[in-house]
Amino acid sequence: MTPKKFDYYSPTSINEAIQLLHDNEDSKVLAGGQSLLALMKLRLAAPSALVDISKLQEMSYVREDKDYLGIGALTIHDIIEHNQTIKKKFTLLTDAASKIGDQQIRNVGTIGGSSCHADPAADLPTALSAVNAHFVIRSGKGQRIVPATEFFVDLFQTAVGHDEVLSEIRLPYLPPRSGSGYIKHSRREGDFAIVGTGVVLTMGDGNVCKDIRIALGAVSATPLRAKSAEEYLKGKTLDDKNIADAAEIANEGADPPSDMHGSKEYRMEMIKVFTRRTVKLAMSRVM
Amino acid sequence: MMKSATKSDMIRVTCKINGKEYSGLAEPRTLFVHFIRDELNLTGTHIGCDTGHCGACTIFMNGKSVKSCMVLAIQAQGADITTVEGLADGDKLHPIQEAFWENHGLQCGYCTPGMLISGLFLLQRNPDPTEDEIRRGIEGNLCRCTGYVNIVKSIKAAAKKMQSEGGKSARSM
Repeated sequence: MTPKKFDYYSPTSINEAIQLLHDNEDSKVLAGGQSLLALMKLRLAAPSALVDISKLQEMSYVREDKDYLGIGALTIHDIIEHNQTIKKKFTLLTDAASKIGDQQIRNVGTIGGSSCHADPAADLPTALSAVNAHFVIRSGKGQRIVPATEFFVDLFQTAVGHDEVLSEIRLPYLPPRSGSGYIKHSRREGDFAIVGTGVVLTMGDGNVCKDIRIALGAVSATPLRAKSAEEYLKGKTLDDKNIADAAEIANEGADPPSDMHGSKEYRMEMIKVFTRRTVKLAMSRVM
Repeated sequence: MMKSATKSDMIRVTCKINGKEYSGLAEPRTLFVHFIRDELNLTGTHIGCDTGHCGACTIFMNGKSVKSCMVLAIQAQGADITTVEGLADGDKLHPIQEAFWENHGLQCGYCTPGMLISGLFLLQRNPDPTEDEIRRGIEGNLCRCTGYVNIVKSIKAAAKKMQSEGGKSARSM
């Protein structure tokens, strides 16, 4: 299979990339290409031009800032999986990155590419929603910063405009006594998630839940926050009963698809099961 | 300097493959696997699915295992590549190739080029992997003959061979 013909540009800076996107109406950004090239080979996508930013090495980094951990948009999944700072501070991203595709895909695919592709069943968008990551979007006019709640707009749609480039993803540091986890439910390694659950929580005195964010993947057009379950748990003791009760209402607002990997009914049940497990996983990691 | 090419341009792509410089022509849309097989006649790298699932086309690109059907030829400009043809040293097989031979790690052999590269990428990082780690290391490679048992055994045996040879064959790819 071969993609439809396209013009190819390999800019040497992010500003050049933005200009090229601006000048070429039907262009797409090529980062790792592990989703885009697959779509182009199947002719589900046929952009008339590709702006290949994969050689912009300065966009690949993990950097500790004062208030947040900054991850360059072109950082590959394999680096995210093995980075020790991420593992220590945002373990759910380690969980999520390690479950993407397979080794060859993790060697090329990028966090920015996965975010901008915004497949509802992808792992990183769900994990980033639970972290409430902030996305730095660059354009010819400067840059703007968009929280995860506004970044994922719809199925395969994000807040990144046509002549804009996602440059960095910022993870605000978690307060002391926080923990996180992501569990992907799939039948085979490397498949997309049937349900993906990401949890970030902070404990107060004893086992009281001070703050919690639960994000669900593959059950809606965008990563879905389980707000009712979050509200239920805040201020309550994180014991088996309360966690189970919260999990029962975690699927409120979910509208999962039925396909060969699982029916809608099955996914609605699995949201409960995996919310429960992921909350416990995050609790076990509270430091 | 910015590089660009229009739809039907034939671009000269030059890269180092198995230590030797190769050069050929490709359209922007040409997949790297088609380029190395059809333009450079290096047919050791196989195409099993064309959709990025099977891993038969796995190669080393700048030290990392990648599926060559998921990369454009034009993106390999100047890259350092190792394909299955680059594993043996003349008539002397690479220890991982010997291990596949001795442990019946292949039947039809179609997936083998990719299995060898994925196995080697794993062993370079993790010289003594557990069975689980081996299975995870080859999760991007499909085999429809062996049921994987002998492939896992082969990679395990390769790890022993490579360790006992004192890293002699653990040259970077």
